[in-house]
Amino acid sequence: MNSALAQPAPIPWEALLPLIAVATTGVVAMLIEMIWPRRSNDVIVWVCIVGLAAAAGCVVYHWNLPALESFGPRFDNAQGSVGGGLFLHDRFGQIIQLTLIATAFLTVIFSEGYLREKRLAFGEFYPLVMWAAMGGMIMATSRDLLIVFLGLETLSIALYVLAGLSQKDKRSQESALKYFLLGAFASGFMLYGISLIYGATGTTNVAGIPALFSLELPDPTAVNVAYAGMGLILVGFAFKVALVPFHMWTPDVYQGAPTVVTGFMAAASKVAAFAALIRFLDASMAMKDVWIPILTVLAVITMTVGNLIALAQKDAKRILGYSSIAQAGYILVAIVAWAKAKGMPNLTIGYETVAFYLIAYTVMTLGAFAVLSSAASKGKEGTLLEDLYGMWRRAPFPAAMMIVFMASLAGVPPTGGFFGKLFIFFDAVNANLVWLALILAVNSVISVAYYLKIVQATLRDPEVHPTKFAPVNVGLFATCFLCAIGLFAIVLFIDPLKSWLGG
Amino acid sequence: MNPYLPIIILIAIAAVISTVMVVGSWLLGPKKTTPYKSAPFECGVTPLGSARERFPIKFYLTAMLFILFDIEVVFLWSWMAVFKDWVDAGSPMAAYSFWAVMVYMFLWFLGDLYVIRSGALGWEESTTLNPEKLKNTTEFEDETVVMVESQPAKVGI
Amino acid sequence: MEGIPLMGFLALGAVMFLIGAVGVVMKRNPIVIFMCIELMLNAANLTFLSFARYHEFPLIGMISKDATVMNGQMAVVFVMAVAAAEVAIGLGIIMAIFRTKETIDIDEMNILRG
Repeated sequence: MNSALAQPAPIPWEALLPLIAVATTGVVAMLIEMIWPRRSNDVIVWVCIVGLAAAAGCVVYHWNLPALESFGPRFDNAQGSVGGGLFLHDRFGQIIQLTLIATAFLTVIFSEGYLREKRLAFGEFYPLVMWAAMGGMIMATSRDLLIVFLGLETLSIALYVLAGLSQKDKRSQESALKYFLLGAFASGFMLYGISLIYGATGTTNVAGIPALFSLELPDPTAVNVAYAGMGLILVGFAFKVALVPFHMWTPDVYQGAPTVVTGFMAAASKVAAFAALIRFLDASMAMKDVWIPILTVLAVITMTVGNLIALAQKDAKRILGYSSIAQAGYILVAIVAWAKAKGMPNLTIGYETVAFYLIAYTVMTLGAFAVLSSAASKGKEGTLLEDLYGMWRRAPFPAAMMIVFMASLAGVPPTGGFFGKLFIFFDAVNANLVWLALILAVNSVISVAYYLKIVQATLRDPEVHPTKFAPVNVGLFATCFLCAIGLFAIVLFIDPLKSWLGG
Repeated sequence: MNPYLPIIILIAIAAVISTVMVVGSWLLGPKKTTPYKSAPFECGVTPLGSARERFPIKFYLTAMLFILFDIEVVFLWSWMAVFKDWVDAGSPMAAYSFWAVMVYMFLWFLGDLYVIRSGALGWEESTTLNPEKLKNTTEFEDETVVMVESQPAKVGI
Repeated sequence: MEGIPLMGFLALGAVMFLIGAVGVVMKRNPIVIFMCIELMLNAANLTFLSFARYHEFPLIGMISKDATVMNGQMAVVFVMAVAAAEVAIGLGIIMAIFRTKETIDIDEMNILRG
């Protein structure tokens, strides 16, 4: 091999800056913790805030940078270049990156108070959040399955540690072990699928799949191997975004992990995994005759099972866990509608519905967990519904915000959650999936019941021992406020999102 | 016909049979295990202790660190395999890859510092950089607030 | 191509993957479960390597042969690094569990339920 003649790939620094900024922030935060372990974490929090703001600034500053794909070999066929490369910079990636930066930002600002109340004020929390966010950003900005896998592992490994952050709490430890074992199991499936896709196409870049099917006469063995690989990768993704029947870990992990971690995990891992999933599905459109029916069935059972089991839960974090499963089902409906529309002559649906719902989901889930985290006080934390009794009196502002977030999750107008569901509904109807749209609507109605249960719990008077809520600190206040504002302000982004991602 | 087809068929049959057996026993079998039932039978005597020797848990930490710093070399090795060719050919890749590896090694160095700083290599058990941080928190402020709120009567007396 | 054909390596990889997957479902000791997961990752590694070494890819006209071979071989290095990170984290979590619960049996992990 003539590797001596290899040329260094040009580095698209402008496009890479957000990733570098977030990673560096994590490193600096860790250094600060190493140098002054005895200080309070305020310095680290501020460093993270500044770093994330800088990262967001980089994304926005280079907003109009043309889409590019760099590092690594490209595919060239008779029609010209099909693409290829390890790093992909495009509008969808930028939007998902911003969402993840915002998730990390909100998590950082409301975590410190909770961590102190839970006696968990490890400075290591912040670098781990940064690196998890970086992993998610990598997943959103690559079409190379190997890089997506690396991003996924960066995100997941940081989250495994975060889930077990509480060293004294058996529940936290147990949730970390469950999350770790099932997450690694899913990674195994995904990686084997990637190796089969590599075998079929000769590259781990998803651009190889359309290239394979564009051949005059695709090798039947290669095609079969590609189908098998696609199936295994879908299983891996299904674990990560918690689709029924691969959802078993979700409620346990959500319940056991520290609440701030649960909020971050629920938002970041779902956003990143769905972003990577939709890119992968986009590339494997040639195989859509197989995966559309599978995803449709998964969507139906995910929504229904998630919502029905949530009705029977007594722990607020578990309810939100099952709710996140159901929400994943709604997003899957959007994906199915998007894929169906691809084959229709006069209908174009882009990524905008999925992106909109992911953003709305992030905001409302983070907000809900931020409110729940205020139930921690002096090393104790109650997350049962009855522990929330009396919240209205003791912490009126978070309780009021909880009503907003629950309304949005349930899909009450005029919140972001409502518009998100409305768009999914219309997409499904336009793509001739009226029955799926109806199942979505019925499920939304069912979900109102358990969201109301949480609202009711915050409004009830305590029966025996009132839970002591921590005094609302600035960070929690800011998070709740920003999330609530975001839920209403997101409506303004509908048209821009359509023009950026539409069709 | 592919001569290896029989093997693949055999694998498929084995996979199906084992899956059916596992799933079948899980679905059909009763699931009532008590600690007593799952204890090993030792002629009616309650088993004493574990049958297996236990390593001190401390060694796992060392093993874990070893694996991390061991795998670090994999990247250096694959870089080393081509670096000399690049230098000899005067390729721009030589400098480019050198700085890339330096960044990578710097991050490892930081990790190494963290390991030393958190006392993971010491014999005493350590779990965090600063155990005190977990105790001395805002408790003091909170306590004062609570005292003032909940015991106004004392002030009156 | 001399000696063992590609299909042999792929079959070995598939068997390793299946053993790993079944082991994860069957075993009760998290360390053994974790070894099974490692087996799955290594099955993928073997598949990557055998494809890179022996497979005539159908897309060679569109992408250079060097690039395909390099892609498969580098994938293995990255997967090894990921596996090492997972081992470290896994052992760390298991150690932490052992400290709090004095047992690591998977069947004893039953506090979290709804």
